[in-house]
Amino acid sequence: MTNLIIILLSAVFINNYVLSKFLGICPFLGVSKKLGSAVGMSLAVIFVMLIATAVTWPIQKFLLDPKDLGYLQTIVFILVIAALVQLVEIVLKRYIPSLHRSLGVYLPLITTNCAVLGVTILNISENYTFIEAMVNSLGSGLGFMLAMVMFSGVRSTIEGSDIPESFRGLPITLIAAAITSLSFMGFGGVIENLFS
Amino acid sequence: MRTLNNFTKGIIRENPVLVLVLGTCPTLATSTSVINALGMGVAATVVLLFSNIIISALRNVIPDKVRIPCYIVLIAGLVTAVQMLVKAYAPTLNDSLGIYLPLIVVNCIILGRAEMFASKNKVLASALDGLGMGVGFTLALFLMASVREIFGNGTFCGLEIPFLADNKISILTMAPGGFMVFGLLIACVNRFGKHKPKKSDFSCEGCPQAEVCAKAAGRDAKEAGKDD
Repeated sequence: MTNLIIILLSAVFINNYVLSKFLGICPFLGVSKKLGSAVGMSLAVIFVMLIATAVTWPIQKFLLDPKDLGYLQTIVFILVIAALVQLVEIVLKRYIPSLHRSLGVYLPLITTNCAVLGVTILNISENYTFIEAMVNSLGSGLGFMLAMVMFSGVRSTIEGSDIPESFRGLPITLIAAAITSLSFMGFGGVIENLFS
Repeated sequence: MRTLNNFTKGIIRENPVLVLVLGTCPTLATSTSVINALGMGVAATVVLLFSNIIISALRNVIPDKVRIPCYIVLIAGLVTAVQMLVKAYAPTLNDSLGIYLPLIVVNCIILGRAEMFASKNKVLASALDGLGMGVGFTLALFLMASVREIFGNGTFCGLEIPFLADNKISILTMAPGGFMVFGLLIACVNRFGKHKPKKSDFSCEGCPQAEVCAKAAGRDAKEAGKDD
């Protein structure tokens, strides 16, 4: 149990996917302008990360590993994720139209999101059990959400300020991301010592 | 002359990282040391070159509706091949690039060039375009990694630099430094480059997902209007 809490908290705060592992930077910079779209995008990412892990982990352990096909990992995972996202979209559209209306637009963007492929590959390379892998995916997704939501707040402050011309647009956004990322470095070492 | 232009435009004028702002994830993550950056750049260039050649050769065969999945499968196959080569001939590079090597599959430069260029142009032009973009990507990575390694670690390709080795700014090799150096580099490009700085915050031209992304943002703008 302690183990799971450590995995969850360190995935959210210390190994934050966006701010310390640099996965999923495109949506982080592209969709974090407004709080609403930041929340929608991150909810979709959490959702897809959980489903993708639930499907790819058994595939790796029960299909690729016993048959010695580990080298097919990249191809199989990206295909499974792409097919899964399509399937989820169709199912949502048919059965839960309200959820589809709020998450639908973000789903196609997620197919080529490196955070989703990254979390499924890392779960395998870290040798997590199924439960640990699911907890890690949840933590990574929540960490992504935390970064997106915080950053959308930071960006709305930038919007109204007077910025030197060459820094306008992307450069100042990246500098702001650097400062946000700096604040997350403060969590380093906190979680390991939490239970000792 | 025009064929040569396909090669040169990727290096400076349409540099995928600094001007088009694609492939930010690997740029930030692997530019902590020059060796890593060059390894990543070369691996991505090889994939980009071959994916452009194959996709351009097959452009009349691949049905339009399922083109993106086709491209992804092709690119994933090439990435797996590169991954195996790196594992066999440069195991240390494989360890230091880690997860970012398989993640070349979702590097938007590769899918972007397939969608924007290779699916519409002849094989030779696409090959030159892929090579040029790859070289541009590698150069941008090299530039960023040089700044981060020289000032952050006091070394260049592992060789110590006398004064700087004792006065490291180690934050530059950590995550925040990546964002900061990248931001400063793009600011330099905006200042000294010939084109005017973009008005929008994040350039979406050349991103294969631009259409969907715009839809997501546009829909939100409409909703925000409703709330007012």
